[in-house]
Amino acid sequence: MKRKVMAVLLVAAMAASMLAGCGKSGGGEAGSASGDVIKIGVFEPLTGENGGGGSQEVDGIKYANQVYPEVLGKKVELVVVDNKSDKGEATTAATRLVEQEGVVAVIGSYGSGVSIAAGDIFKNAKVPAMGASCTNPMVTEGNDYYFRTCFLDPFQGTVMANYCTQQGYTKAAIVYQNGDDYSTGLANFFKASFEKAGGTIVSEGVIQTNDSDYNSILTNIKAADAEVIFAPSSITVAGAFIKQARALGIESLICAGDTWENEAIIDVAGEAAEGVVLSTFYDENDASASDEAKKFVPGFKEYLGGDDAIIPAVSALGYDAYCVVIDAIERAGSTDGDAIRQALADTSDFVGVTGAITFDENGDAQKNVAIVKTVEGGEFKYLDTVTVTE
Amino acid sequence: MSKKMKKICTAILILAAVVLIALFDNDMIGNAYVKRVLNLAAIYAIISVSMNLVNGFTGLFSLGQAGFMAIGAFSVAIFTVPAEYISSIFYIEPMAPWLAAIRLPFVAALLVGGLIAAALSLLIGYPVLRLKSDYLAIATLGFSEIIRIVFTQLQTITNGALGINRIPGITTMWVPFGAAAICIGIMLLLINSSYGRAFKAIREDDIAAEAMGINLSFHKNLAFAVSSFFTAIGGGLYAALLTSVDPKQFYFTMTYNFLLIIVLGGMGSVTGTVIASFIITGGLEWLRFFDEPLSIMGVEIPLFRSGLRMVVFSVLLMILVLFYRKGLMGQREFSWDGIYRWCQKIKAKITKPSGKSSDAKGGM
Amino acid sequence: MFRERYGIFMSMDIFLQHLLNGISVGSLYALIAIGYTMVYGILLLINFAHGDIFMMASYFMIFAVVDFGVPVWISLPLIIVFTVVLGMLLERAAYKPLRSAPRMSIMISAIGASYLLENLATYLFTGVPKGYPDIPWLTAVINVGNISFQIVTVIAPVLIIVILLGLMALVNHTKTGMAMRAVSKDFETARLMGIKIDKVIAATFAIGSGLAAVGSVLWGAKYSSVYPLMGVMPGLKCFVAAVFGGIGNIPGAVLGGIVLGLGETLLVAFFPGLTGYRDAFAFVVLIVMLLVRPNGLLGEKTTDKV
Repeated sequence: MKRKVMAVLLVAAMAASMLAGCGKSGGGEAGSASGDVIKIGVFEPLTGENGGGGSQEVDGIKYANQVYPEVLGKKVELVVVDNKSDKGEATTAATRLVEQEGVVAVIGSYGSGVSIAAGDIFKNAKVPAMGASCTNPMVTEGNDYYFRTCFLDPFQGTVMANYCTQQGYTKAAIVYQNGDDYSTGLANFFKASFEKAGGTIVSEGVIQTNDSDYNSILTNIKAADAEVIFAPSSITVAGAFIKQARALGIESLICAGDTWENEAIIDVAGEAAEGVVLSTFYDENDASASDEAKKFVPGFKEYLGGDDAIIPAVSALGYDAYCVVIDAIERAGSTDGDAIRQALADTSDFVGVTGAITFDENGDAQKNVAIVKTVEGGEFKYLDTVTVTE
Repeated sequence: MSKKMKKICTAILILAAVVLIALFDNDMIGNAYVKRVLNLAAIYAIISVSMNLVNGFTGLFSLGQAGFMAIGAFSVAIFTVPAEYISSIFYIEPMAPWLAAIRLPFVAALLVGGLIAAALSLLIGYPVLRLKSDYLAIATLGFSEIIRIVFTQLQTITNGALGINRIPGITTMWVPFGAAAICIGIMLLLINSSYGRAFKAIREDDIAAEAMGINLSFHKNLAFAVSSFFTAIGGGLYAALLTSVDPKQFYFTMTYNFLLIIVLGGMGSVTGTVIASFIITGGLEWLRFFDEPLSIMGVEIPLFRSGLRMVVFSVLLMILVLFYRKGLMGQREFSWDGIYRWCQKIKAKITKPSGKSSDAKGGM
Repeated sequence: MFRERYGIFMSMDIFLQHLLNGISVGSLYALIAIGYTMVYGILLLINFAHGDIFMMASYFMIFAVVDFGVPVWISLPLIIVFTVVLGMLLERAAYKPLRSAPRMSIMISAIGASYLLENLATYLFTGVPKGYPDIPWLTAVINVGNISFQIVTVIAPVLIIVILLGLMALVNHTKTGMAMRAVSKDFETARLMGIKIDKVIAATFAIGSGLAAVGSVLWGAKYSSVYPLMGVMPGLKCFVAAVFGGIGNIPGAVLGGIVLGLGETLLVAFFPGLTGYRDAFAFVVLIVMLLVRPNGLLGEKTTDKV
């Protein structure tokens, strides 16, 4: 009896999903690149370790699509795939975008690891890809089809190391996440810059994936008497890390990179988050911002549903990534991959929300300015603008 | 069915598969996406069959597949990545020079990975395989995690957390499908040999098997080592398919994918496992629409958002375990006689519709 | 990857701080390990979903306090009740139908249940971590000289002793406890003696889940971050703790939890170069223990029934 009920339920579920599937593909297949819509792939993690950040980036891209819905007189359709923050899943999802969906360009991904894994697929298919916030150097290196709108980890590491030295700190501890390429990379770049600037790294800690107890690492740092703790990590780790550090009576400056600019951290760490310093791409209250940026801030806040919403930097980068791609398609005058790639490479001083964008020979946006923010009164506040000239 | 008839049927089936692969390979049908999913399914079939060899045929509950896969994957990654890329990949700490000097062809790297995995499995298997089911499961799971953690730490060998990319990729479908045919073929021969019968005897009752004079330790280790070897081969192919690996991919939850495949296919059925790997790999891709926002006639259905696919996936696993414990094939294998009987049964049902319908679930 | 920066010499207060960290994380492991050990003692089943029940309990607390504004002192019993119900539901849905199935099927079902809970939580609550409600009488920081700790750090070991004594009384001096012992000794005979097996099993799951809920409150107060995969590692490690202490043995689980927590912490304390191997530590301990003394520290020696 039970078995029969199950079988009926299963069949019903199958039938429902089949219907849903048909409805979906019916709508999707109507517009390939040659039809009346132009498809742009959005390759982002919506679940998994980086699901939170990825969703914010998608918000920015979707909003940009709402503001600029057309290119070459055709409607732009976004095809969002979830790469689950996992390389295996990412390569399949990327192949799906370029082969099955026939997108003319791709935006993403949050998290450099998945971008690197998918890079060759975009390259071989000659589909230009535009990273929004993937900061690892390997993403664009040796790949003519990968561009990005953000700065790189070596730069970001230098920014924070310089900031710390300028504040007069000489003893730093670094903490990074075992198995996270973003975290490991950034911590190493910080270390190199900080030591070059005359500082010493007095303690190094490794955080385990899915572990919540950082007390032993923190006690080591306390014993080493570090003045600064540089702990780039995912937002899953960040809040708990800060809170435990303060609970152990560590009063050193805690700082990190762009991932930390996320409300979830303040939500988790509460008062302990006060005084945390991080580097990021963008500040919504920047007075010298372009008109585009001034228009973007209220519009996007409304899109998010409220004036009190803070704008995550990755959303702004996602917005810029979309706009740069649309601009390039317009200038290329076609949806041919190579034409778009060339147009992207020729981009010069494109005015975006996060600053002017010109790509260097690697395809990286030439950005030499980073914003340093701190947490104050439960909000991210602008602290400093750091310019690094090599 | 006569023997000759069966031979003809088998020949037709193989020929059809070969023609299909040839068509795919020359881009006559499908596209790179479809090819990729099929390649993945073939690789998953190798790993799942080798998992089934231990779990389904020998009755040892091992959850260490992810770790052995990692060994194979990194072997291919380390030995086949072109020398000119090494310095840019290992940009934090350079690769150990002795290792950078060894460049191997793909097949050799695959075999090295397999052999290392087999050797390690003997090392760990000798003590651990004495354990009873649950302990063995948790010990192998732990071992797979240890491998992953060690790989994350060996910066100069595996590039640690950053992993290795720019691995020369698989260019033709013949590689994964050929490898699958060879690997699964060898395992089938093993299962049908006297060793295989000993495995099954151990599965049914290890004490009785020992009383019959079967060397428990030897056979358990043999099954475990062979399984690890082929799992590593599958892992190596996986690395070449993705062209990029890092240790985090081989988190122990990866093993659950293969567990689902062998449960669906039937614990103790090779053909069931192969069929199930194609169903699951294809199905997971097909289920993707669950993750996309869906609107029927302009109304957005809030149920459809990212993450739903994995919920559906795990619900299916639960339904399978609770209600269809034998999976598609149970312990049976695909045979033309089975198909024939199945057709007969269907025919009988059509001609005699008032017959018993409670036994509707037939084998293939 | 990095060399050790300093040797194993440390000042007394830093050592005490490490010790305190170890005991407090160990007590939390112990609370969760009890759930494992009780279920295993009776069903011979690794309840893989135990860590995920613990995760769900944390989300219940957030909903109660943050979303519905229920005061903490009411939420506490409330979430324990909810978690107990969830645990018993899980047992009904995923384990009871398989009572007579092969061991491997039950284990796969347990893995499936765990996977389902994780995916469901990811789907419902997204992967973005949420902050655990602040409970001042648990999270306030106390300073003694150079040592700082939260009140929960001291409460956890005390609570574990109270719970241990309570459970021992329950198991040794009540009818339910007697039934539990009987079932764990011999399933079939217990059934023949008129013990309602299903009731005993349900009671076991209820106690285990209740303790997971208590553990989640202390865990939340200490670590404050709640996300769908938070139960995975504690789940695995606490199982290791249960095996270490002797599975099926409640004081053993407590001992195992504390030893494991201390071991992990001191490993990082004395060998900072090995911090990367911290998670491997638990598994190495497990494998070594299974080889040297498979019955655990306090486990009784059992012989296999043919």
